[in-house]
Amino acid sequence: MAREVRSVYFVDGARTPFGKAGKKGIFAETRADDLVVNVFRELLRRNTELPPERIDDVAVAATTQTGDQGLTIGRSAALLSGLPRSVPGYSVDRMCAGAMTSVTSLSAPIMAGLYDVALAGGVEHMGRHPMGEGVDPNPRFLAEKLVDPEALLMGKTAENLHDRFPHLTKERADAYAVASQEKTGKAYANGKIQPMLVPVATRSAEGGFGLATTDEPPRPGTSMESLAGLKTPFRPHGRVTAGNAAGLNDGATAAILAAGDVADELGLQKRMRLVSFAFAGVEPEVMGIGPVPSTEKALSKAGLSIDDIGLFEVNEAFAIQVLAFLDHFGIADDDPRVNPYGGAIAVGHPLASSGIRLMTYLANQFEEQPEVRYGLTTMCIGLGMGGTVIWENPNYDGKKDN
Amino acid sequence: MTETDQTISHEIPQTFADLAIDESLLGDEVVTHAKLQFIDLPSGAGRAGLITLDNGFDHTKPNTFGPLGLISLNNALDAAEAEDIVALAITGKPFIFAVGADLSGVPKITDPAQADSIAQMGHRVLGRLGSFKVPTFALVNGAAMGGGLETALQCNFRTLSSGAAAIALPECFLGLVPGWGGTYLLPNLIGAEKAIDVIINNPLAQNRMLKPKQVMDLGIADIMYEPADFIERSLQWVADVISGKVAVERPDVDRGDAWQSAVDRTRAELDARLHGAAPAPVRALDLIELARTADQATAFAAEDKALVDLIMSDELRAGLYSFDLVQKRAKRPVGVPDKSLARPVNKVGVVGAGLMASQLCMLFVQRLEVPVVMTDLDQERVDKGVAYVHGEIDKLQAKGRINADKANRFKALVTGTTDKAGFADADFVIEAVFEDLKIKKQVFAEVEAVVSDTCILATNTSSLSVTDMAADLKHPERVVGFHFFNPVAVMPLLEIVRAEETDDASLATAFAVGKSLRKSCVLVKDAPAFVVNRLLTRFLGEVTKSVDEGTPFEVADRALDPLGLPMSPFVLLQLVGPAVAFHVSETMNDAFPDRFYVSDNMRRGVAAGITGIWAFDEAGNRSVDPKVLESFDQGDAPLTPEQVRDRAQDALAEEVQLMLDEGVVADVRDIDMCMILGAGWGFHLGGIAPYLDRAGVSERVNGKRFLEPGVASDPR
Repeated sequence: MAREVRSVYFVDGARTPFGKAGKKGIFAETRADDLVVNVFRELLRRNTELPPERIDDVAVAATTQTGDQGLTIGRSAALLSGLPRSVPGYSVDRMCAGAMTSVTSLSAPIMAGLYDVALAGGVEHMGRHPMGEGVDPNPRFLAEKLVDPEALLMGKTAENLHDRFPHLTKERADAYAVASQEKTGKAYANGKIQPMLVPVATRSAEGGFGLATTDEPPRPGTSMESLAGLKTPFRPHGRVTAGNAAGLNDGATAAILAAGDVADELGLQKRMRLVSFAFAGVEPEVMGIGPVPSTEKALSKAGLSIDDIGLFEVNEAFAIQVLAFLDHFGIADDDPRVNPYGGAIAVGHPLASSGIRLMTYLANQFEEQPEVRYGLTTMCIGLGMGGTVIWENPNYDGKKDN
Repeated sequence: MTETDQTISHEIPQTFADLAIDESLLGDEVVTHAKLQFIDLPSGAGRAGLITLDNGFDHTKPNTFGPLGLISLNNALDAAEAEDIVALAITGKPFIFAVGADLSGVPKITDPAQADSIAQMGHRVLGRLGSFKVPTFALVNGAAMGGGLETALQCNFRTLSSGAAAIALPECFLGLVPGWGGTYLLPNLIGAEKAIDVIINNPLAQNRMLKPKQVMDLGIADIMYEPADFIERSLQWVADVISGKVAVERPDVDRGDAWQSAVDRTRAELDARLHGAAPAPVRALDLIELARTADQATAFAAEDKALVDLIMSDELRAGLYSFDLVQKRAKRPVGVPDKSLARPVNKVGVVGAGLMASQLCMLFVQRLEVPVVMTDLDQERVDKGVAYVHGEIDKLQAKGRINADKANRFKALVTGTTDKAGFADADFVIEAVFEDLKIKKQVFAEVEAVVSDTCILATNTSSLSVTDMAADLKHPERVVGFHFFNPVAVMPLLEIVRAEETDDASLATAFAVGKSLRKSCVLVKDAPAFVVNRLLTRFLGEVTKSVDEGTPFEVADRALDPLGLPMSPFVLLQLVGPAVAFHVSETMNDAFPDRFYVSDNMRRGVAAGITGIWAFDEAGNRSVDPKVLESFDQGDAPLTPEQVRDRAQDALAEEVQLMLDEGVVADVRDIDMCMILGAGWGFHLGGIAPYLDRAGVSERVNGKRFLEPGVASDPR
């Protein structure tokens, strides 16, 4: 059977508000699978043109796949959402790039003509599932020096990155973090973020029901001064602080993907076209550099250069990791093409969910900026990886070729 | 952000200072706390208060309102009122909205002023939801009954979860009225006719509950959402209503003749059915009638009055006693050996393939989901029995109660044979053959020859001695009585009979099986006709005797009307069948010739093939069946209705006391439970003993009451 490679489109994306992990967080007593269910149902409500039975597969990412993030959450969340039982599902894990991998894993069969429509998602309830819960690293990692002992602690890998690039100072990292908070605050003030959010009922045994409608982590008014004095928990007199890194968060994201012809057939929106994607490995102890090789690889596959990219959504696990990426490609720390709505340092980074947040942000910016043709979403990944997806803007009007 | 209310003190706020709320009312209340949070509504619709009702337990202990719970809600309303909000919403804990007033303190109420305080507190607190400074919304996320549903009705708007387990105003079932606004608000929301269904007819139909779709169809809730994101969708709807994006439209209520005619029609039905025996439904109807014209204050005051009168009534106290029997005692039968002694039952045998046997087979298949073998004398009967069960399985499937796989599974479990060897590996064999001791003994002997030494042998006899049936077996210790009521699938009662030799393990197994069959099991001694049939037979004998002596049929049959029984004596006779009833009366007369009457008239009637006393014409009018008139030779000493009733009641009181003296059951509560669940005698009677006590019959006949004053009666 002859196959023709089809275009894959990002039809729509949404997310829960992100919460602070821990007992006082808005989602402290909310289940991770319920977070996913809320986003799935919202996406289906927003895209009534999509008959649910046309969804060929559901992939949901979670880093810790146990308890409310276990039970093959792609399938269980589909059932809990009321999707037809005929719709299958599976789980994905690539740590921070989980949701990104849900998207890429589902895109490939769409391109090949095996799937028409798919539902991708990611969730991490870091309050219920703290990073590293239940891990059992093989002793060979250390015995054979396969990885540096610091490779498993993300904060330490960020400090290592500062070591590698001495000119990327704590001051630059803090300045980047302040800007991220400012951009997020501005995006909120301009009503850019709210439409992407799905309100989630929260319940605590103590306080009863509430409703989460906005992100909990942002700290408006963050300044260089307020960041200067923060502790450096990963190294005495280090550079990485809670202020220039993403926090520990709870949240879920999801997106609808569809083949171009199927989107046309059903009348679905086509908000972004997937151009290429790539994942790449780096030394685990400097995992934050991962987006550099993954982006080069994705650009190369797409036949594009970094100059073709008009918008960047870079996950902000750590400011230093974004700076290292920008530095490599010769982009200024405050380049307006980068994270225009701010990033994870402000809104949070519920590990396996963040990839689709980046895509949803990019899709919105594509609509605002029809002069931009290409954009990319990229993120660093634990154990030394990076992931990049390059997207084309269907709204591109050709007025300004990047 | 979060305001909690965990530490409710027993201090009564000033608002309620005029009410008679004392420590005795506050006693052991499981307090449902009203937890208030302030939230930002979606779509920027503004700030709202959100109250969650939560008693701190999971859904198996639902939210209820006692005085402290109402105070908690009142405090939350105060706190919400003080804030700048655009809406107030109220919801429940997961799966439960609220299931009404906490009635656990009611039996302790000795003073009408205390009853009045409960009525008034409900109105004062819940009433605030109807006249709050901003629109109020009930988010009915789960079961909502009684005061819980009234809480929702007091709100200006209601959303409903399609997963809500049960919605009802069950007060009339117990002997109360929905008097925290229900009798006024509901008819004014959905009209008198529908409100009567919810407030009166459903409670009187085995306390029927509404499903969410019915609630929507009735117009009680404004919009329904699926449970997955019910709170989220509801709050979006709240936002849309507040912002004017959604306009809520409700059909106009017919306040004209339809209202009054619904009331009049129901009044006639209630009178025909209860003859004034149970005051609550009539009282509820009065209030619904009033609700057409009265203003809210007048209507609520009338509700207060009704609640006080009913809370202080013997009928309600008997109703609460009855409720406790069927909810608690029925689930934890008294005097039963420890369940750890029970042996597993993985295969069942049914001797006989007639109608009763086939019904039993169906029940065992459906509830135990183990193989069931039916046997009968010839293949034709066996085939008929199996076909009956298959037909019942098909009916379940057609109703959507089971799917095709389950139907296949059930059908595969049913087999029939003419050879009792089919029982070889059964753990439980029940016989449902002709009511004759010799035949039953022979059946058991044949079964014993093939089954293991521990296989339970159960008999569905209604009047024979189980001990006699076991007498000649090698292992009489495994024989139990298992007396079902007809129709087996519907009637909740199972009298489990311990014969003289029955051992603990067999009895424990029988109770475990009964529980799996989802029956309310009562342990009874091996005494003639056990409990229900003994009392009904004695009672029917007295009525028949009065006819034989010359009392007109009509007078005799109506004499017991003031009790509000589910059917009159001769209608019951018709249902049982005169032949069966007569046969039982003879058996009982053999056992207790002094007390159990055998009517020669009835003997002739049965011989002539009568099917009942009454014949009905096409319009449903009844007259004495001519065949009865031919058979009956009445005396010339007619009794007055009062005399018939006295005789029947006296006989019941005497028989109940004798049963207790004989140790037929452990406690008079078991007799009452049997009469409620096996004969359908009303909650207002408390089964029978509370009625006999309050009518002075027990005292007159036995020189003492069955129950202490206050247990199932107004203690004053």
